[in-house]
Amino acid sequence: MRALRPYAEPHATGVCLGLVLLACFALTGQGLGASGAFASVASGIAVAVSPETAVHSAYFRSYLQDGSPWTAWLVVEVMGVLVGAAASAALAGRTRLTFVRAVRPSSSRLFAGVAGGILMGVGAALARGCTSGLALSGGALLSVGAWIFMVALFLAGFLAAPLVRRLWP
Amino acid sequence: MNDLLIAGGIGVAFGWALECAGLGDPPKLAGQFYLRDFTVLKVMLSAMLTAMLGVFWGGRFGMLDPGALYVPETYLLPQLVGGLVFGLGFVLSGLCPGTSCVALASGRVEGAATMLGLFAGVLLVGLAFPVIAPFYRATPHGPLTLQRLTGLPYGVVVALVTVIAVSMLAWIAKREAAR
Repeated sequence: MRALRPYAEPHATGVCLGLVLLACFALTGQGLGASGAFASVASGIAVAVSPETAVHSAYFRSYLQDGSPWTAWLVVEVMGVLVGAAASAALAGRTRLTFVRAVRPSSSRLFAGVAGGILMGVGAALARGCTSGLALSGGALLSVGAWIFMVALFLAGFLAAPLVRRLWP
Repeated sequence: MNDLLIAGGIGVAFGWALECAGLGDPPKLAGQFYLRDFTVLKVMLSAMLTAMLGVFWGGRFGMLDPGALYVPETYLLPQLVGGLVFGLGFVLSGLCPGTSCVALASGRVEGAATMLGLFAGVLLVGLAFPVIAPFYRATPHGPLTLQRLTGLPYGVVVALVTVIAVSMLAWIAKREAAR
């Protein structure tokens, strides 16, 4: 297999990411996000499958009140993330097609991925944001809740890490 | 329409930066929790510092109004519990919501697995919302900031956070150099 091009220097890339966030603040008055896009799409699915259930939940309603949940600001932003990341990986020769046998992840890791996703979905919904929307964007604006979330996230991660060591040899 | 063009453009730059840093790579992200790979902290701290200082100095030079920016509201208990649950999920999947998209876009099926779980997670919260709403709305503090909490001037809090974050980055650099 061809060697993959190394990743960029993390501090410099972090500064670039910070400038993207700053541009987002200046242009829109709010920060970046990711989990909100999942909530928006989930609300769209809920209302399409069962409108009564969706309107019964104030959580779904909050994502359905400002126009179509499929073209919400965050949903479009996350589509951009997919495009940008795909372009960057392809141009740098870093795309790893995991249907190739040699790089296919174990089924236990895929199961852990789904389980971890469920936990993060619940956690981000309770906290009203994730690593991008709350920790990074809110942290830069010195929001108390953002810093509490960030500290709790790393605390739980470090405490749970020894228990799931088998996943990450 | 213009709004959505900005959303797409910002998203492309966001995804591009995350991919360049290697944050679409689950073992690399999980490595942070085993103190093997400090990319997550390096990128997050550098990005947070850049944006925080940019907002502060942009305000000082009248280029933007920090008071007009949307500050995420603080709900003490839900954000504490949410952060703990989220951290557990992070170390299980080796990805977070934004980076799961980056993983999928760079050809990793783990990204799709995590995205599927994320949809299920927010769907669960939405369906169970009538039951969990009291907890969701508990301990509200509005758009509380560190400067309002401590009573310190904005500039002092920015300086303190800068010192703490730079010290952490210096500690990481020293630790890596010692290996």
